[in-house]
Amino acid sequence: MKYLYFPGCSLKSTGKPYEESILSVFRALDVDIEELKDWNCCGATAYMAVDELKSFSLCARNMALAVKQHGEGNGEPVQLVAPCSACYSLLLKSQHYMEENPEVSRVVKTALKEVGLESEGLSQKVRIRHPLDVLANDIGIERIKDQVKKPLTGLKVVPYYGCLLVRPYATFDDPYNPTSMDRLIRALGAEPVDWALKTRCCGGTLSGTIQGVGLRLSYLLLKEASRKGGELLLTACPLCQFDLECFQGGMNNRFQHNVQMPVAYFSQLIGKAFNLSDREVGAQRLFIPMKLEAAAP
Amino acid sequence: METRDRTPDQLVDLGENVHRLIKYEGELDQGFAAEVARLAHGEKFYTCIQCGTCSATCPVSHYMDFTPRRIIAMVRAGFREEVLRSFTIWLCASCYSCTADCPREIKITDVMYALKQIAIKEGIYPKRFPIPVMAQEFYKIVKKKGRNNEGKLMMNLALKTNPFSLLRYAKVGLKLFRTGRVTLREESIRNHGEIQTLLGAVDRAREAAK
Repeated sequence: MKYLYFPGCSLKSTGKPYEESILSVFRALDVDIEELKDWNCCGATAYMAVDELKSFSLCARNMALAVKQHGEGNGEPVQLVAPCSACYSLLLKSQHYMEENPEVSRVVKTALKEVGLESEGLSQKVRIRHPLDVLANDIGIERIKDQVKKPLTGLKVVPYYGCLLVRPYATFDDPYNPTSMDRLIRALGAEPVDWALKTRCCGGTLSGTIQGVGLRLSYLLLKEASRKGGELLLTACPLCQFDLECFQGGMNNRFQHNVQMPVAYFSQLIGKAFNLSDREVGAQRLFIPMKLEAAAP
Repeated sequence: METRDRTPDQLVDLGENVHRLIKYEGELDQGFAAEVARLAHGEKFYTCIQCGTCSATCPVSHYMDFTPRRIIAMVRAGFREEVLRSFTIWLCASCYSCTADCPREIKITDVMYALKQIAIKEGIYPKRFPIPVMAQEFYKIVKKKGRNNEGKLMMNLALKTNPFSLLRYAKVGLKLFRTGRVTLREESIRNHGEIQTLLGAVDRAREAAK
């Protein structure tokens, strides 16, 4: 199957290692993936707070571009891969409301027409996918297992899914107790840590606005992850990764507690288990080096 | 976070630190609930049973001046000013826990978004309060370039709210710069004008319906 890749703004800056590792892992698995040309921002939570119809129209433009780039195909929908949870969730939300609400659909269609884009049936012609979904369900755990050259035996890895990846519009995993990442971790030879905060919010943009609140939410996650014996925490969203990794210094000052938890993208760990180089998975861009060997018992 | 000061004659002390804000029917905004319901895609929020699941599941409710459950009750009753001036609507980090858990299937996150939209449109929020400022700075950057630049966004936000916060972020910013995770080069789509045309068309299409 062929995939189109929608990076979103974060994967071109703070989430650069996410982009590098996703593309490298797909390449290692021989999966055809190509970037969506001339994509625009999904609108994130900010557009939703200012103007919802504009937010939907921004998402719809990306979908219309995807349909155009995909061409007729063989009548199959285009598979649009959005690695950022906010992009992923917003694209799904736009599809949902374009179907549910005739007023939304009318406004979006009119707006797309003015920029010369086709808007018919975007919700059917485009399938929004998260790379975690693609890896766990399309490519499959077995094929990933076969590629593992350096098993991460015994490493205690904490799967953190965050909020928007599993709710409210996603359907590829359980919204309360998702397991796709757990299964991937096991396929790499590592040991997934079972914990209750898998889908609890990391604080999102609050880390940049109301730090007292944002850092506290992230801190709770890290503290619980280390209490459970986690040696490395995995995320599937650039904002979660940024919040949980980059502000650890700030958290340690604020809460007088030394958490030193490496936080990487799930795709980076897969890449390392495939024996890809640090550069291929963007490991050199992390603030805290990734941990790949289990602590001695 | 401090609870905002309220006019004393409207605050009724019920003893044991329980205060309730009372209003006569004539002081309430009777059309508020319908306005919010329309923006938040749902008549369902009239069916709220005030069970409090949303407040219990919300990871930031203990920082809010009114919990989500109370916000719903206040919107329905027509406490327009109080709701729009609350910190609650801005503290909502949009994680959709409440929406996923609500037994009445009320889209509470969308209710919060609807309230943010009204507050921004009417300019009702504390000056220099970073969250609505960030939303608007983000809006402007994307409108101009079609894509966001995270470094520029943080810079603009700090300059418009609290320039000293730049110091607080300096260390992280520098590290991001060194690891190539933030750049000054602005990403943009091929034809800048296209996003402005698209967004303008949304405004026109919306007006045409009225």
